[in-house]
Amino acid sequence: MKILVCISKTPDTTSKIAFIEGNTKFDENGVQWIINPYDEWYSLVKAIELKEKDPSVTIHLVTVGGADTEPIIRKALALGGDEAIRVNNLGNDSMMVAQEIAAIAKEGAYDLIFTGKETIDYNSGSIGSMLSALLDTSFIPNATSLDLSGSNIIIKREIDGGEETCEASMPIILSCQKGMAEQRIPNMRGIMAARTKPLKVVEGTITNAYTTIQKFDTPSAKSGVKLIDSGNMDELVRLLKEEAKVI
Amino acid sequence: MVLIYIDQDDQEIKKASFEAISYGAALAKQLGTSAEALLLGTVKDDLAAIGKYGASKVHQVNNLALNNFDAYVNAMVVADAAKALGATVIIFANNINGKAIAPAVGVKLSAGLVAGACALPKTDAGFVVTKTVFSGKAFASIQIETPIKVISVNQNSFGVVVGEGTATVHPLEINAPASKIKITATDKIKGEVPLTEATLVVSGGRGLKGPENWGILLDLAKSLGASTACSRPVSDSDWRPHHEHVGQTGIQIAPNLYIAIGISGAIQHLAGVNRSKTIVVINKDPEAPFFKAADYGVVGDAFEVVPALTAAILKSKASA
Repeated sequence: MKILVCISKTPDTTSKIAFIEGNTKFDENGVQWIINPYDEWYSLVKAIELKEKDPSVTIHLVTVGGADTEPIIRKALALGGDEAIRVNNLGNDSMMVAQEIAAIAKEGAYDLIFTGKETIDYNSGSIGSMLSALLDTSFIPNATSLDLSGSNIIIKREIDGGEETCEASMPIILSCQKGMAEQRIPNMRGIMAARTKPLKVVEGTITNAYTTIQKFDTPSAKSGVKLIDSGNMDELVRLLKEEAKVI
Repeated sequence: MVLIYIDQDDQEIKKASFEAISYGAALAKQLGTSAEALLLGTVKDDLAAIGKYGASKVHQVNNLALNNFDAYVNAMVVADAAKALGATVIIFANNINGKAIAPAVGVKLSAGLVAGACALPKTDAGFVVTKTVFSGKAFASIQIETPIKVISVNQNSFGVVVGEGTATVHPLEINAPASKIKITATDKIKGEVPLTEATLVVSGGRGLKGPENWGILLDLAKSLGASTACSRPVSDSDWRPHHEHVGQTGIQIAPNLYIAIGISGAIQHLAGVNRSKTIVVINKDPEAPFFKAADYGVVGDAFEVVPALTAAILKSKASA
């Protein structure tokens, strides 16, 4: 079985979010980069678990980005995976990224393709769905568990207000979220092994973005919290009714 | 023509779709074109009544197989329907299903996508859509460069607009590929509004000290008719079910009112709730970071404040 795990580089959750060049560009100054948590904790670790159960499983990691994404993909390799592919393309929008990954996926004939539920920077969560259309392959979003049952797979996924269990066959694309696996810390052996694992660089071919970011804005700061005396809940109710008009 | 996807669950139209139709209708008006809705499968709702949200027509692909959601199959049918009807903008709710099919529809129509729009597009020069990025910590204005556009609208960002009007219902023949996914079980929380659709949410954190203390929170929620949520440590400790976990890795919500009780307001938690219209924080620690993100704050012991708030709400309702 061959698994392709899509990896994205994102700013750490606690990074200061600021913009430069007339609010057209994210300020990377002082930002610590991490593997997008959904890609790491849920999809990559799930793939590693499958390989631990069945050593014949092959795991490839793919990322679309410049050379500055290599420390991130090495970090992912330290957790697990057999080899990584970096598509050298800045990937100006999700469609470009998906098209590049689809080209890799076609070539590798993978049984399972994992993405994270979304990236924590642009929050679009579009790659899995786009791959589904580009590869004409079934897609199960928001997967919370995956079990193999012969040649079939049993997947649980989040739905609005609950959970659904379904049975599907491979090849299939899954977007992974909480529940799929638990976060792991890479060990020294993994870190050493990652240094010698193959990291193939493929030149990107997609140059045409469908969308362009014109500018960023930061939300206007809240005018400040209005404190209400803990003994005067009638006042809070009044404010919620008359000022906020939410109840 | 602006085409709006109607999301259904168990043959009932989801509330998020009414907001998407309202958004699509407002956009159609702005563009001087018509707003039409698209339903896959069958629903118990009165389709003509969708007119009151601003859709002039409802196109229905009357195929019972489509009552079971399959992201790939639905996307292919929507894309073919959009082509057949000549839609230039396709609107989805940015809920779980909408997120799962809008990007695939974009691929099939060679259309640029903005996922998670939080306002109507600016169409005076170009077509620019604003969306939330960095988990609500910033907005991006995104120009869609393609002739056909796909937008998914963040829930509770535009609101449901109810007017007058009746839609005409038109059957639409579109071939659907066979689904390769078999749904074997659906487990839904009975009798509760899904958190993502709730307008009022009461949420508890570690400050409540243990699951046995949730009674005061449930009473408050009941007095308001609110849904209940919790922070990650609470669901991780199994004090509350996992589906109640809101935050970066849990469910992201945008209710009109979010009341946080005994939650310190870690950045990961805020990422899941900072699109709420009004935030009330109840915490005994005046230094809790959540107060900085709150509209109203009460510094005090939750075990005294929450029952007092419940009593005040009930009193206010009784006098109304």
